[in-house]
Amino acid sequence: MIEALIDEAILGLMLVIAIGVLYWRNLFAAAMLTSIYSLLAAALFVVMDAVDVAFTEAAVGAGISIILTLGTLALTCGEQKPRPVFVLGPFLLVLLTGAVLIYGTLDMPDYGDALAPIHSHVAPRYLEESRGEVGPPNVVTSVLASYRGYDTLGETVVIFTAGIGVFALLGHGRRRGKVVAKEEV
Amino acid sequence: MASLGLYNYWLVIALMMIGFYIVITSPNLVKKIIGLNIFQASVFVLYITMGKIIGGSAPILSDQIAVYSNPLPHVLILTAIVVGVATTAVGLSLVVRIYAAYGTMEEDEIEKIEAQEEVPT
Repeated sequence: MIEALIDEAILGLMLVIAIGVLYWRNLFAAAMLTSIYSLLAAALFVVMDAVDVAFTEAAVGAGISIILTLGTLALTCGEQKPRPVFVLGPFLLVLLTGAVLIYGTLDMPDYGDALAPIHSHVAPRYLEESRGEVGPPNVVTSVLASYRGYDTLGETVVIFTAGIGVFALLGHGRRRGKVVAKEEV
Repeated sequence: MASLGLYNYWLVIALMMIGFYIVITSPNLVKKIIGLNIFQASVFVLYITMGKIIGGSAPILSDQIAVYSNPLPHVLILTAIVVGVATTAVGLSLVVRIYAAYGTMEEDEIEKIEAQEEVPT
């Protein structure tokens, strides 16, 4: 009961912040609001028993991504040009997409239903066997590092590729700048 | 009020649609990526919602606990969060390069500059 209230309150706050991001034209403010949004999502994850996810969201979603955004704003500019917030065409498109998604949820199991199909397969086996097969008491760790180790390897490859991408995009301009400076001397 | 039913999903869909709306209407590229982040975080909440069992506990094994929430969505979303930040980093560095080349990060102004450059050739 109390859990449900906390859950709804946090989701309500997230809704307010998302609308704030939509209206605010100052990009620094919008970036800060996004960080708060991630922090609220992390709180929601704790309520929904996903403590590892809450940890990662608070550190990576609310921490690192805001640093990246602020870094970008420092290199560019912090103000958005004034534009009308309400545009009819996109609004209708978003409304339609939302309606289709809500239609899709209608036959989903209720929130917190222990008999939902998602809980009847694979997960019970991890919960019962991971202690003996892998070891650590945290099932999320066992699944991440052992049962789905290839997923994690793939994730590392993605991060490595992204690192190369960022380096190729930003490192190149700086090097060329240095060469130009030398020629001027 | 004891059970939330489907309200959680609907609120999450509303959040997702606000993020989507920011992505398609805002001509500012940084704002677009912020919208994408909001969309992403909402999808994470959607997945974690599916894994919750009422009365369950965090999936850390203990003798005193009988019911655990589903650990599988947690693992998938852990991966997704980190990949999400990697894509954000690439997107933002593209914005920095675009700003260095055009002096603006508003989509319509970039289009105008491109159109002017095409006329003489």
